[in-house]
Amino acid sequence: MSPNITLSWVLALAPEISLLVVLFMVLVFDKLFKPDNPRLIGQFTAWGALAVLLITVGLYWLFGQPNAEWTLLESTFWGGMIRNDLVTFVFRIMFLSALVLTALVSIDVPRLQKLEYYALLITATIGFSLMAASTDLIMIYVALETASISSYLLAGFYSGQTRSAEAGMKYFVFGAFTTAVMLYGMSMLYGVTGQTNLYLIGNLFSTQNISIVQPLLLLAAVLILVGFGFKTSLVPYHFWTPDVYEGAPTPFTGFLSTASKAAGFAVLLRVFLAGVLGPAQTSSEWWAMLVAICIITMSLGNLVAIFQTNIKRLLAYSSIAQAGYTLIGLVTLSQDGSGASMYYLLMYIFTNIAAFGVIVIVSNVTHSDDLKDLYGLNRRSPFLALVMLLAVLSLSGIPPTAGFFGKFFLFKAAVDSGLWWLALIAILNAFVGLYYYLTIVKYMYLYRSEEDDVAIPVSRAARIGLVVSSLFIVYLGVNAGPAFELTRQAAAAFFSG
Amino acid sequence: MEFPFLSIITLSPILFAILILMLPKERGENARMLGLAAMVLGLVLAAYVYIATYQNLPPAGTPWSETLQFVEQHPWVPSIGLNYIVGVDGLSATLVLLTAIVGLGGVLISWSIDDRPREFYAFFMLLVAGVHGVFVAVDGFLLFFFYELAVLPMYVMIVVWGWKVTREYAAMKLTLYLLIGSFISLIAFLVLYFTPVEGGEALRTFDLRIWSEATFPWDIQRIWFMPLFIGFAILAGLWPFHNWSPDGHVAAPTAVSMIHAGVLMKLGAYASMRVGIQLLPEGAVYWLPFILLLTLINVIYGSLIAMRQRDLKYLIGYSSVSHMGLVSMGFAAMTILGFAGAGIQMVSHGIMTALFFAVVGMIYDRAHTRSMDDLSGMRKALPWTVVAFIIGGLVGMGMPGLSGFLAEFPIFLGVWQGRGIDLTAVFGLNPSNYYGLVAVIAILGIIITAAYILRAVHIVFFGEYDGDKWHDMRPLLSIDKFVLVLFSVILIVIGVLPVVIAPIVTSGVEPVVARLQEAQQAAQFHGGTVSNAAQHMIQIVAANVMAWLGGA
Repeated sequence: MSPNITLSWVLALAPEISLLVVLFMVLVFDKLFKPDNPRLIGQFTAWGALAVLLITVGLYWLFGQPNAEWTLLESTFWGGMIRNDLVTFVFRIMFLSALVLTALVSIDVPRLQKLEYYALLITATIGFSLMAASTDLIMIYVALETASISSYLLAGFYSGQTRSAEAGMKYFVFGAFTTAVMLYGMSMLYGVTGQTNLYLIGNLFSTQNISIVQPLLLLAAVLILVGFGFKTSLVPYHFWTPDVYEGAPTPFTGFLSTASKAAGFAVLLRVFLAGVLGPAQTSSEWWAMLVAICIITMSLGNLVAIFQTNIKRLLAYSSIAQAGYTLIGLVTLSQDGSGASMYYLLMYIFTNIAAFGVIVIVSNVTHSDDLKDLYGLNRRSPFLALVMLLAVLSLSGIPPTAGFFGKFFLFKAAVDSGLWWLALIAILNAFVGLYYYLTIVKYMYLYRSEEDDVAIPVSRAARIGLVVSSLFIVYLGVNAGPAFELTRQAAAAFFSG
Repeated sequence: MEFPFLSIITLSPILFAILILMLPKERGENARMLGLAAMVLGLVLAAYVYIATYQNLPPAGTPWSETLQFVEQHPWVPSIGLNYIVGVDGLSATLVLLTAIVGLGGVLISWSIDDRPREFYAFFMLLVAGVHGVFVAVDGFLLFFFYELAVLPMYVMIVVWGWKVTREYAAMKLTLYLLIGSFISLIAFLVLYFTPVEGGEALRTFDLRIWSEATFPWDIQRIWFMPLFIGFAILAGLWPFHNWSPDGHVAAPTAVSMIHAGVLMKLGAYASMRVGIQLLPEGAVYWLPFILLLTLINVIYGSLIAMRQRDLKYLIGYSSVSHMGLVSMGFAAMTILGFAGAGIQMVSHGIMTALFFAVVGMIYDRAHTRSMDDLSGMRKALPWTVVAFIIGGLVGMGMPGLSGFLAEFPIFLGVWQGRGIDLTAVFGLNPSNYYGLVAVIAILGIIITAAYILRAVHIVFFGEYDGDKWHDMRPLLSIDKFVLVLFSVILIVIGVLPVVIAPIVTSGVEPVVARLQEAQQAAQFHGGTVSNAAQHMIQIVAANVMAWLGGA
């Protein structure tokens, strides 16, 4: 951690800084030019986010920022607050892709054609991005709040609507409370170690005898997991998920279910694998807790999803179940496993945003979110039905979609670590999931709706968004190699603390 | 680089599926032309591959990895040892040709489909691609990938274009059965991937060529053979996991029934042999005598249930269960005769069932009923179908001069020979005591088959012709007649000239049998310590649970 601020220090935050620039440009653009066409603001955001995405990829590709060869010291910037490593890079890609796609599907939703909506999306993305980069308890907390406060506002964005207001309020109360509990857990860690840097704490615990603080560490683990579990909607901190997903504006629900979850997992992986709550071994107390949560989350999410009649609630429970699968990668405590988790989150971004994008367009026409709205979708819009088909296949893990490889990598890592029974439980769960995902396919292709002949128009922006997501779903499902190599290589950073 | 025959056979249908989906809605009719083009292309290439393989058969005793031809290898996800490897041996070349033939028949039979033809043909192409893929895969993961790829289009096609009464139930049941089975096999795959082989490290590859030459530890073989074998055998309709199959056959549209019974079930048998028996021969020697009993139930029970059916399609569905039982029985015989018979039975049954379903589909399209109570005198209404159905029926009964005899006779002979194997007990039984008995009882299955087929022929085709009821039936199209003639000719040619198929199939199964026989020697050695397998399973599960509790 050299005290001299060099260019790398700035480059370490380049995506966030660029996002901030985009944010100001959006604000200025709207106030100065007062565009007549309300769609322009969304387009502006989408282009801006795409530019930031290209900057991020360009920095990695052309200038080796971040560089896979960097040691811990070389990749840490800003006084140990930020780590610019491949993990950060992969997660930034996820958030920025999610932002671009969400902006694309939001452009033609009349009630969301407002400056505030897009500004808040950008600030939330900045928060997520910082969460993935932070290596300090304080920084994690600040980044998490940045992201959360934007999210609370976005969830309640349809201010005239009771459901949306309820969603915003519920999200806020739940979020504020869990974050406070998490902060309490962090304060205990600080009390024990006198440090806030994750890697310093991790080193301390791996070199010293920690049996005397073991109970306190377990308590801290429980409390900290409350905050992270809320972000990633792990059982039993999932109660807000269906209500908020249902009430929030649908394009934002897609964003929330992917980017927010990925950010939660980023810190979850960093904190637990760095050994902040005791060394990352199966003998650590928190390990058994995470395994239990993993199993319960998968099972509960899948079983409850079967009974849903609202498509957004169904996807909410499905996203709870998916969080359970993702956690498998963490509990394997291996590089392959956490790489698989990251791959899973990556494919989940494209998959779930595609699914929510279809719902946005359908409910623009039907004005409700019932599963019934999907009846006969194949006749009303073969394109939307095909995108939804790819999305649910990917969610259920059937080739040739990305979800298949996602699940395969996770199960493989689990069996590699000797957790074949966990892989078995996950597979059984995948079949419960398969049932309700296939039901969606049935509704779209078999059932007839009364408005069979009313075609559903798809705007150009949304079509681009959905086509891009679908292409990624199929690409990652056929040629998973490069992406998995990247996430796997990135995952080495979790263990180099 | 050589011309990638196998990749083109496998992947070209996917390309055609995309093309078909991109057709504008008004020109949905053209989908069938594209579909036909894809199938004809596949058939030509598959025929070439078959002939080239036949001309270049390896001598007996060659290890499996060297019998493969047309091998293509590309890295896929290198860091975890996933490769795209395809290649064919004698058996898979035959099955690829079978798939191409039945696929062509399926496209022709559905020529007049008018409900969303683009989607229909696109999914059909995807299904054919998946099936081809399984047969040519030489990488375990690739095999699994294509296997899954084949199941999904089945679901959609049954649910959308199937028989209105049972399609939702049947499609969901079929999909869950097959996917659960395949995922159980996947776990077994992963275990093999990570387990150190005897005298070495874990292989950490899915390359079947490497796996097929490795020896896995005895404990692994014995415990994981069953999941690996059963997972795929579900698709082959092994009793008591056959339940999805008649429902699925009946609910599916004609072309899908043909692919489904004709080829897809072979996929299960092929995969369970290729990965189950070939990779874990010692486990196979341990369990197959037990599985033989299950297949016996398949044969007898399947044909008895078929006797009870009044619905013509259910009758064919259960006869399929019974005949696929013979395939698994051939494997369980553990002799070269049994395996060769099973291989030929796959082809013979594939064509035969496709022929049956084509006939039933034609009758149902015109008469709007499949019930044997209502149908009678079809001889007059649809004369071509009678001949085709009778030829199919005679094949099912194993009539000499038709392909069925060539398939079923070696299977019975193989099981009978299996008496010579002296093995230590499975569940306290010595299999050499009952192999002969099984062969005798299984032959009774043929008599039951004859009974239900002849009864169906009698009632449906030769009953009284009701001119008022059936006078407005459309005559068969020439496409329909072409399909019937094509399939019938193949059945007869195989029966009269076994040389077109027997040597190539035998060379395909020979390496597997060789491995099995080696394992039998080894099993004699292990025999003394073999205790109850179930007991071992429980012990190992318990040990794992305890370890986990201790760790927590």
